[in-house]
Amino acid sequence: MAISTSTLGRDAQGASMAKAFDPARIRAQFPALHQEVNGKPLIYLDSAATSQKPQAVLDALDHYYEHDNANVHRGIHELSRRSTEAFEGARGKVAGWIGADDPAEVIWTRGTTEALNLVASAWGLDNVHEGDEIVLSVLEHHSNIVPWQLLAQRTGARLRYIELDDQGRLILDDLPKLLTERTKIVAISHVSNALGTVNPVKDIATAAHEVDALVVVDGAQGAVHADVDVRELGVDFYALSGHKMCGPTGCGALWGRRDLLEAMSPYQGGGEMIHVVGRDESTWAELPHKFEAGTPNIAGAIGFGAAVDYLSDIGMDAIQAHERQLMEYALEQIRAVDAVRVYGPDSLDEHSAVVSFTLGDAHPHDISTILDAEGVAIRAGHHCAQLVMKHFGIAATARASFYLYNTKDDVDRLIAGLSTVGGIFG
Amino acid sequence: METPQLNSLYQQLILEHYRKPRNKAELEDKTVEVHLNNPVCGDEIRLQLRIEDDHIADVKFTGQGCSISQAAVSMMTSLLKGKQLDEAQGVAQRFTEMMHGDEAAAKDKSLGDLRALAGVSKFPVRIKCALLGFEALQKALKQGHAGDPR
Repeated sequence: MAISTSTLGRDAQGASMAKAFDPARIRAQFPALHQEVNGKPLIYLDSAATSQKPQAVLDALDHYYEHDNANVHRGIHELSRRSTEAFEGARGKVAGWIGADDPAEVIWTRGTTEALNLVASAWGLDNVHEGDEIVLSVLEHHSNIVPWQLLAQRTGARLRYIELDDQGRLILDDLPKLLTERTKIVAISHVSNALGTVNPVKDIATAAHEVDALVVVDGAQGAVHADVDVRELGVDFYALSGHKMCGPTGCGALWGRRDLLEAMSPYQGGGEMIHVVGRDESTWAELPHKFEAGTPNIAGAIGFGAAVDYLSDIGMDAIQAHERQLMEYALEQIRAVDAVRVYGPDSLDEHSAVVSFTLGDAHPHDISTILDAEGVAIRAGHHCAQLVMKHFGIAATARASFYLYNTKDDVDRLIAGLSTVGGIFG
Repeated sequence: METPQLNSLYQQLILEHYRKPRNKAELEDKTVEVHLNNPVCGDEIRLQLRIEDDHIADVKFTGQGCSISQAAVSMMTSLLKGKQLDEAQGVAQRFTEMMHGDEAAAKDKSLGDLRALAGVSKFPVRIKCALLGFEALQKALKQGHAGDPR
């Protein structure tokens, strides 16, 4: 759940706020949760893949298309003014969410993946050279591995990896060996999507900066469960996705330090990102538009902003406290199931709201099919983290992930479903 | 506890093939080999055949994955050993029809134990698991023909 200041930014105020937190009221605000699947009430435990969306976000999307739909930044007319205001307002909300000083440091992207690719291309191709090194970890999602592999192949740079221990935590004792004057980038996830491991990003950033390496954080799972403060973390780039935190799919953001973003070449060329276009060359727009070629995902950004408002109103402290209680219960219950093995850190201080597990010789896909027949949606597979699976010598895990709308009853339904799995495969 | 749907999917015969797969070994004198995996779910099958003249003299596999993919390939290898190549093609086609819900195919004795997998057709996201072994077979038969000295 990651509520220590050293790992996930601002401190959780904790239990007193949790009393005001009413999961039933929260659940009621998510229309998709109120349906039957295979004749059973849906239990959605796949929020780490994508979260469900509250009515407030759906309403914001409808309102935009029904009243304000127009392209941004170019019309002189009233609708364009309104859509631009909402679009830029949303940028400010996301900037506030992650503790950025200036909304101009927040670039809209399609999601975390595009944000990481943007850094790898626009910063990497100009600044990484043959013989340089990029430090990643075995814990990373493919979206924080493959862009760096592509960069390494194009530049002749070399990838080095922080290894994992048997609880799926980074072995940071190796860091002094891995970080050298050749290290240009350290790319690390804030929270592992596959295991829920919360990484000590601030400590890693401090160590990386001692060798003048930049720190790029995959925050897809990090910005979801806690207040993130990019300044406090001391990182250089932070990538996140709206759809993991109650926003619509197709819109995410890259935060970067202003001096870095200003010095970087553009990522894509097109409308919006230019200042003056000549026959042979052009000049670039100011931040953030320099990195936003073409008509952006206007509705997506506005929806992302509405999601930030929604979560802010509830309060991340209350959400964190709820998730921690739920995880304590879920881990205790799941560990008690016969033949279950849970992967990931033992301590809840290092373990976000994800439980990755296997059950005897039942393959995770079979577990998922059986749970689905019971109305319980989980994820099964390698979770786009094949290096993690390889580390544990397995092909796949079953993963239940929790969010603000989940309850203890959901955990009980999961456990009941697992006993059905045990009945078939036991 | 179990829904009827699940009972039709996880038949004892399937679980038995999953736990004790037939022909799961390396084939020493193979003439053709196909390695297939499903990048979405990580299921993996390496299918090895020894094709002599117009028939499958021997067939073995290695791999890992869910009960459906592994049971299907185990049943498939049991059925195909000794079959003429065109018969094997016929089995592959009939099995694919069964996966797409063809009820006549689901009763076709030529499919042997594979008929136990008929219930998979009711679980659309699992059909690709059941078909993985047959996809490998069809690739292998093509390669086998291409490598045919005649």
